[in-house]
Amino acid sequence: MTTSTTGYKVIGTRPLRHDGVDKVTGRALYGADVQMAGLLHGRILRSPIPHGLLRSLDASKALELPGVEAVVTCADLTDPGDRIAELGEGAVNLKHLSSNCLARGKVHYKGQAVAAVAAVSAHLAEEALKLIAVEYEGLPHVTDVRAAMQDGAPLLHDDLVTESLGKPTGKRSNIAKHIQFKKGDVAQGFQQAAVVIEREFHTATVHQGYIEPHNATALWNADGTVTIWCSTQGAFTVRAQVAELLGIPLSRIKVVPMEIGGGFGGKIRVYLEPVAAALSKKTGKPVKITMNRADVFEATGPTPGSYIKVKMGADKDGKLVAARATLAYEAGAFPGSPLGPGAMCIFACYDIPNVHIDGYDVVVNKPATSAYRAPGATNAAFASETVVDELCEHLKIDPLDFRIQNGAREGTRRADGPVFPRIGMVETAQTAKQHAHYTAPLGPNPKAQISNPKFEKAGDGANLGFEISGLRVPRRGRGVASGFWFNCGLKSSASASVNADGTVSLVEGSTDIGGSRTSIAMQLAESLGIRADDVRPAVGDTDTVGYTDVTGGSRVTFATGWAAYEAGQDIKRQMIARAALLWGVQPEAVAYEDGTLRCLSDDKKRLTFKELSEKLHATGGTIVGRASVDPPGVGGGFATHVVDVEVDPETGKVTVLRYTAVQDVGKAIHPSYVEGQMQGGVVQGIGWALNEEYIYNEQGVMTNASFLDYRMPTALDLPMIDTVLVEVANPGHPYGVRGVGEVPIVPPPAALANAIYQALGVRMDELPMSPGRVMAKLLAKQ
Amino acid sequence: MARVWIPPLLRDLTGGRETATVPGANVGELIEALEQQFPGVRGRLCPGGALRPGLAVIVDGQVGRLGLLETAGPDSEVHFLPAIAGG
Amino acid sequence: MPKKIHVQAVINGQPMDFLCEPRQSLLEVLRDELRLTGSKEGCNNGNCGACNVLLDGRLVNSCLVFGAEVQGKAVTTIEGIATAQGLHPLQQKFLEHAALQCGICTPGFIVAAKALLEKNPKPSEEQVRHWLAGNLCRCTGYDKIIRAVLDAARLGS
Ligand code: FES
Ligand code: FES
Repeated sequence: MTTSTTGYKVIGTRPLRHDGVDKVTGRALYGADVQMAGLLHGRILRSPIPHGLLRSLDASKALELPGVEAVVTCADLTDPGDRIAELGEGAVNLKHLSSNCLARGKVHYKGQAVAAVAAVSAHLAEEALKLIAVEYEGLPHVTDVRAAMQDGAPLLHDDLVTESLGKPTGKRSNIAKHIQFKKGDVAQGFQQAAVVIEREFHTATVHQGYIEPHNATALWNADGTVTIWCSTQGAFTVRAQVAELLGIPLSRIKVVPMEIGGGFGGKIRVYLEPVAAALSKKTGKPVKITMNRADVFEATGPTPGSYIKVKMGADKDGKLVAARATLAYEAGAFPGSPLGPGAMCIFACYDIPNVHIDGYDVVVNKPATSAYRAPGATNAAFASETVVDELCEHLKIDPLDFRIQNGAREGTRRADGPVFPRIGMVETAQTAKQHAHYTAPLGPNPKAQISNPKFEKAGDGANLGFEISGLRVPRRGRGVASGFWFNCGLKSSASASVNADGTVSLVEGSTDIGGSRTSIAMQLAESLGIRADDVRPAVGDTDTVGYTDVTGGSRVTFATGWAAYEAGQDIKRQMIARAALLWGVQPEAVAYEDGTLRCLSDDKKRLTFKELSEKLHATGGTIVGRASVDPPGVGGGFATHVVDVEVDPETGKVTVLRYTAVQDVGKAIHPSYVEGQMQGGVVQGIGWALNEEYIYNEQGVMTNASFLDYRMPTALDLPMIDTVLVEVANPGHPYGVRGVGEVPIVPPPAALANAIYQALGVRMDELPMSPGRVMAKLLAKQ
Repeated sequence: MARVWIPPLLRDLTGGRETATVPGANVGELIEALEQQFPGVRGRLCPGGALRPGLAVIVDGQVGRLGLLETAGPDSEVHFLPAIAGG
Repeated sequence: MPKKIHVQAVINGQPMDFLCEPRQSLLEVLRDELRLTGSKEGCNNGNCGACNVLLDGRLVNSCLVFGAEVQGKAVTTIEGIATAQGLHPLQQKFLEHAALQCGICTPGFIVAAKALLEKNPKPSEEQVRHWLAGNLCRCTGYDKIIRAVLDAARLGS
């Protein structure tokens, strides 16, 4: 369902995606599909222990195996030293990035890469790994954020001291960073409160879970140039990272982004690319490395486990008066969790006069964490939105009314300082309230009644209940939660050339994970007044398109779409000049409307875009429009979700019965793909909420590194996911676009926790809310 | 004169002051002016002459893409916040 | 290196010969030896369905079948689903319903759904969800995939 109308011709329609046929016929080439003559296969040797010193490494036996062509270690990458660089994914310490590709002297997590082999077949490379002798000196490890913060915890890095905006603390610690935000006076604020709720929350480490494992193929040519084919969210950031890690100039590296099988933030940092390049340099042949699924779990991603404490207070009229939060995020082996955005999002849905937030970035012996869809925000919202629900319960206020009353709006000052421009938080809550889902009876559950005679029908809706040790609680519940994500702008480039048949070939720099080349092409088509199908979009490599930042932060449709719009304006100006030349008038006398050029002084003189395209060769050659943008005007995204669940009191299993996601999308360029982003985000959020977690044993080893045991949602676990697109146009974008991809993952865990509370009367404070944890809460209550 | 919001963790240098109104046509100049009033601020915000890695400047609600060169108007509001990337 | 085995099979309707090591899976053979890279590897242990193919008409995870096992059998991969006349209705419906985002799971889903519709041309939503529970998609939340399959079934009647 979409609620908005405009005069657009292309925007808001649902054309078939340009790359669709290749993808439904298996012809599209993804990173692992790269084949070439003489290709060698690389495999990575990984640390079996979570923490230890690398004493020695002997690869001589492996190299004796016929068919094995090379072994590389960190000695084959340059030692970048202790240097921080901006490489397109924020600030990165190169020493850490390098050690994460091939460990330097020390391993910090089970699965960290230690060496790599290239051989004529993948099986042979795997055999060779077993012949590499590595001696480790094991060190004590720590995998839990709060344990890692204790004095006396095993320290991961000898040189790590807590950074506190430049204030020297001098003390070695696993706490890499402390951040803080303050607004008003919280102590005073809580004094005005009639109700104050304070709770602690834990969330488990989870993985982005893209279905395509990481891969990279590299060819180090005889002339010293390097070509890399890979699956990445950003070809230019791969180029920058590889240049630093190999110590060669950018200009010697070409990165060709292949089709990418999901990323969600996890395919920005390089893992394999420099290693494949180093193996290619040694062998003089192209080398392809692919990860297996266990590698993906144990050595890439994940997103932080966290500890969060939230205290919120509201006055007797239900007005939020104060909020306090402490967040501690696991960065994994190296500093750099998405703590900042988590802390900045935690109360962003609300207008609260007094706020104090502290955040800690903490290293632990787990894989270095990566961005994951609205990085940091989901953990935070689980905590704050559960506390808000509890406040509503005490105040006896409908949770959506509470959000409408307290929701952030234009002019609200965020806890971190800046003031919101026009945003749609309140509209999402209002729309959710009016949605049929919100007032629909929860309904009886015939299936459960048949299978379990203990269920007794006691009327309809919420009165349905079950008996458990004399405790009568409803077994179905409905929950709501909201969420916020900033969205990003950043740099994008595009160029477009007009073909003689009236079509336009577009080259843009954003790797396409979810149909974005179509939403970008649609913005170019709209700006030119031609059909979406008349634009042929392609994703460029680092030599064929201007610098473009990563596909992430929900920025592509916004910023690269903007670049396409600007390229369209550039084409328009040139088309106008050509028409003026043909008609012997000044360009000011030519109007361009709806894909038609018109002479203002002679109404009979008209040319369609197609007609003029045919005349370009005879009037000075083809027309190329181009644009490079770094747009301001980013619009934040808000969402409010409603979910119905049913909880089996015998097993604690939570079943999602109905889900409605309401989101301010700014302007939906291609509504189907906006809905798809929302549905996909919601389902990742449901997985995070109910099942997914890294389970570690005493030895610091993840025990469930497979799709069987790391249980992501399947089609059978879910209902349809209803979406409601609220369009509060972003005033900062030519077509009103806001990012849409990230915020839908934010509300689900809290919405589900609130629904479980309605069903069982127990407050969940830990993710995932797996059957065992739900049962434990239920039994503790009795 | 733009209004700069002092990050809470820098307020040890400003005697607890939360905001400061200082002259300057761009962010670099504002930081220079702050440094005059509150010595040490510059070294904490931009060690080595560029904004501290991972820090972004926000001028009038928008992420400053030019770093220290970002212009600030006479009524601008300036914040220093963690940079946001995304997934 | 292990001695290779000579295998004859019908791949997408075409008789073919190939050599493979005994330890190579059908998925590896398809991708690396026959260059049919439409079948994807998501897990290599039977848990994601990205490698789904039809073996004598039966749905299998090709990562769990040895290449040598297909001697004398017929294999249908995603590359064999469209014809010279055009896309299969499932492929068309996947496009119309925007049932793919990154598309890495799509070949597996289409092959699996084809197997379903051949067995049960009029499945209910529940039956589609049940049948496709062996195929993981991380992008779409399944909603549009389920709709595409149901719509293709409608079209097929
Ligand atoms: S690759 Fe075969 S089931 Fe996952
Ligand atoms: S579309 Fe990406 S995994 Fe299904």
